Amino acid sequence: MTLSITLVVNGDRHDVSLQDARPTLLDVLRDRIGLTGTKKGCDRGQCGACTVLVDGRRVNACLSLALTVDGADITTIEGLATGDDLHPVQSAFVACDGFQCGYCTPGQIMSAVGLIAEGDAGTDPERIREGMSGNICRCAAYPGITAAVLDAQARLADSERTNG
Amino acid sequence: MPDPMNPAASGHHVRLGSNSGQPMTRRDGAAKVTGTATYAADNRPEGLVHAVFAGASIARGRVTFLDVAAARAHPGVIEIMTPDNRPPLHVNPDEKFHAFAWRTEALQDDTVRYAGQPIAVVIADTLEAATEGARLLAPLYASDPARIGFDQGTRYDPPAVGIGAEADFAKGDLAAGLSAAAQVTETRITTPLQYHNAMEPHAIVAEWTEDRLTLDTPNQAIVMSRNAFAQYFDIPAENVTLRSPYLGGGFGSKAIIVGPQLLAILAARMVQRPVKLVLRRDQMFGPVQHRGATQQVVRLGMEATGRLTALDHHATASTSSFDDFIEPAANASHNLYASPSIRTRHTGVRIDTGTPGSMRAPGEASGSAALECAMDEAAEALGLDPLEFRLRNYAETDPASGKRFSAKALRDCYAQAAARFGWADRPLAPGQMRDEDGLLVGWGMGTCLFPAPMFPARARAVLRADGTAVVETAGADMGQGAWTALAQIAADGVGLPIDKVVFHSGSSDQPDGGVAGGSAHTASAGGALHAAGGDAIRQLAEIAAADPDSPLFGTGNTGVTARDGRLYRSDDDSRSDSYSDIMVRAGLTELTGTGSGARDPANEERRAMFSHGAVFAEVKIDPELFQIRVTRMVGAFAAGRIINPHLATSQLTGGMIWGLSFALHEEGVHDLRTGRAMNADLAGYHVPVNADAPSVEAILVDETDPYVNALGIKGVGEIGITGTVGAIANAVWHATGKRVSSFPIHIDALMG
Repeated sequence: MTLSITLVVNGDRHDVSLQDARPTLLDVLRDRIGLTGTKKGCDRGQCGACTVLVDGRRVNACLSLALTVDGADITTIEGLATGDDLHPVQSAFVACDGFQCGYCTPGQIMSAVGLIAEGDAGTDPERIREGMSGNICRCAAYPGITAAVLDAQARLADSERTNG
Repeated sequence: MPDPMNPAASGHHVRLGSNSGQPMTRRDGAAKVTGTATYAADNRPEGLVHAVFAGASIARGRVTFLDVAAARAHPGVIEIMTPDNRPPLHVNPDEKFHAFAWRTEALQDDTVRYAGQPIAVVIADTLEAATEGARLLAPLYASDPARIGFDQGTRYDPPAVGIGAEADFAKGDLAAGLSAAAQVTETRITTPLQYHNAMEPHAIVAEWTEDRLTLDTPNQAIVMSRNAFAQYFDIPAENVTLRSPYLGGGFGSKAIIVGPQLLAILAARMVQRPVKLVLRRDQMFGPVQHRGATQQVVRLGMEATGRLTALDHHATASTSSFDDFIEPAANASHNLYASPSIRTRHTGVRIDTGTPGSMRAPGEASGSAALECAMDEAAEALGLDPLEFRLRNYAETDPASGKRFSAKALRDCYAQAAARFGWADRPLAPGQMRDEDGLLVGWGMGTCLFPAPMFPARARAVLRADGTAVVETAGADMGQGAWTALAQIAADGVGLPIDKVVFHSGSSDQPDGGVAGGSAHTASAGGALHAAGGDAIRQLAEIAAADPDSPLFGTGNTGVTARDGRLYRSDDDSRSDSYSDIMVRAGLTELTGTGSGARDPANEERRAMFSHGAVFAEVKIDPELFQIRVTRMVGAFAAGRIINPHLATSQLTGGMIWGLSFALHEEGVHDLRTGRAMNADLAGYHVPVNADAPSVEAILVDETDPYVNALGIKGVGEIGITGTVGAIANAVWHATGKRVSSFPIHIDALMG
C-alpha cells in the first residue's frame, strides 16, 4: 500500500509517497525531501533539536508521523533566511554566540521564532528561559541563547514599529 | 626573557594581534544558523542504505540465537550481519594497537560484555525497515549475572590511570604530616556514571570505492583516526578520507574509534553500497564511552594557622570488565594546594558496562569535586572563610613537582570573581541567609585548575601571488570555535587580514591537526598554523632581501615584520614591499610554508603549566521541599593569551554549566539485576536546560604566559567544570548546614 501525502515546506509543495505509516515528519524532511538542517537528537521528543513550525506552531518533528501532517504548512530552518539575509533570530544567535557545536541550533532557532510569535514571554528573561527549555543544548550555550532571543525580539519589535 | 611574539628568534618578526584577540563571531555561524552546516548524518550519497545495530539486552553472557530469517524476511531488509558472516578485520578489535585504541565490539564473537553492546547489524533500504529488522532478531542469550556498582565489581590496582597517567603518587611524609596536624578532616564523595550525550549521536556514512574508503563521521582526532581505520581494513592511510567539518559536540567521546563505526564500514563492504549508521539516543549509553563512577576519600591535615600539613586523596573508579580507563580523579590534588605531604592513589573496579573514556575534564572534574568539598569542610573546621583558607594554602610553586609555574594569575581570579560576586558579605556560618520568598540562600566557592598539554600538530600555509593565502590543518570544531580561533591565528601567521585567508580544516587530506582534546587544540594546531605562516614569511623575506628591485633588498640581520600583506623592515617602517610584488618579481604563483606546534622542551622541563580559575556560586533551596536552584555563578579564569574572548567566554560558561550539571543533574543509572541503563534517554538522564542556568558569568583575567608555548596559549574548554561542582556543593552546605556525600545532589540528601 502506498500512502501519498503533500507537505508545503518553506513554501514549496512536496508530494511524498510512503510505503507505510512509519516515517516521522523528521525522517521525511531529512531523508525523502533532503532538508537536513532539521536535526535528530533523541527521536523521542525530549531534546527539541528537530523543532519545526507546523502551521505556525512549534512541533517536535520526531514525534509527528508524517501522515498526520498531510497538507500542513511547515517551516524549517532552511526557510527562515531570505537569500543571504539572515532572519533576525538567526543573526541574533550569531551575534550573541547562542550556540557552540551548532547541532541543536536549528531547533533552538525555530523554537525561538515560535516563542516570539506566541508573544507570551515578553521581555522577561526568566520566561524566555522557561519558554526555551524544551530545547536542550549540551554545549550549554544558554546565556547566549537567552540573550539572542531578547535581542531578536527587540529587533523584530523595532522593525514592526517602523513598518507598522 | 624570551620574546613570546618571536619564538623562532629568526629575525623575521611576525606580529600577533591584528586578528588574534579580536572578539569576532563564529566564521561558521551563518552555516550553523541556516541549517547548511553538514554534520555526518546529513550526507546522503547516491545509493545510500541504512544500518541499525541490535544491542544486547543482557550485560554478560553469550548470544545463543538470532532470528535472522525473520529479520531478513522483512520488506526492505537487504542483509543481516552477525559474527557468522561478518567480513574480516585486519586488526582484532580487542587489540590495543595504539595509545588511543580501546577494546571494542565489532561482532568478533558471540560474547556479551555489557548491555547495549552491538550483537548484529541490519542493513535495509530505509531506516524504518532496518529498525524493524533489528527488532525482529529477537535474540536469545545464555546470561551470567550482571556486576554493576562498586559492591558487585572486582577491585584491582591499576598500573596506570587515564591515558598513561600515574596511578600512585607520593611527596613528603604523609604520616608525619597527619600526626603534626592540629586538625584532620576526612571527606567522602561518590560520583556516578556519566554519559557524554553530545547532541549529535555518533554517526557514520561509509562508502567504499574498490579499496578506497570515504568516511563522514564526527571525529576529534582526524588524521590519527584515519590512520587507525586504514589499519583495521589493511589499506594505505592515503586510501581513507575522513571528513569531519562539524562535530555536533564531542566532549571526549569522539576521539577514539568505536565498534559501531567499524560495523558500518564492514556493512558497506558487505552490501557494496554506501551505508549510514546513526546511533539512537539509547545506544549512546554503552558502546561510546562514559565517565566512570568514583568513590573518593580526601583527608586533609591542617595546622591551627590553616596551613595544610597533609593531603591524601584516594579514588576508586569503575571501568569495564575487559579494558582499562580509570578516571584519574585523585591526580586533581597534585598541583593546586601547597602541602608538604601529598599522597594520591587509585583503585579500579571492574563492572559490566562499556569502557569509560575521556569525558570533558576526565579526572579533573570528579577529582576537583571531592577536593573542593574537602577544602570547604576543612575551612569550616578551622573557622576560616573558604577563600581565606585557600589563600593560606596558595601554591607559589607546583606542589607535586616543585617547579615554578609558567604563569599563575589565580590570585587575580579569586579577587575579581569574589568582588563581582559580592563574596565579602558572606556570613561564615551556614543557614544564615534567606531571600524575600523565604528560600534558603547559600554561597560557595571552588578553585579551578586544568593542565596545559600540547599534542603534535602540523600545518601548511600557502601564500598566493594575488595577495591571499590558503592555510590548512586537520582541525576539529566540536563547538569550541576552531573554525574561527584557528583561522585568526593562521591569518596572523601569514600577516594577512582574516578575509584574505582561506582556512581549510576538518578533513584527513590536510596536515595532521592533532587531537582536539585536553583543551590543547588551539595551542597545538594554532601553534602549527602560526609556525607554517612564519615559515612562508621567512622564505618570502629571503627572496625580497636578495632581490635588488625590492625596497627590502639587503635586509639582513635587521629582519622584517609581516603585516597586512606587506613585509616591513623592522628598523625602518618606511621601507616595505607587498607579498604580491615580491612573488610576481620572483615568478612565483605560490609559496608554501610548513610548521608544527611545539613547546620548548627546556620550558617543559623547568615549568609547571596550568590554566587557573575560581568559581563562586549561589544556590537557593526551598526550606520544605529542598528543591535546589543555582541562581548565580561567577567565574574568573586566567588561561594565558585569549585568541577570541567572545568564544572563550562561551567555552567557560558552558564548562561552568557542565559543573552545575555534574553537581545537580547527571547520573547514569544501571539496573543492578540486568545491567541495563535505566535512564538511557534525555528525559531520564538529566542535563541542564535553559531555565536551570539563569545567571552564569565568566571573567577573563589578563595573563601573559611566556613559557607555555610560542603563542602563550592555554586551554579554556574544560577548566570551567572544575571548581564549579565543589562551589555548588559548598553553597548547598552554606544554605542548609548539610554536607553532601554524593553527586548529583538529590533532594533526599538534604531532608531530615
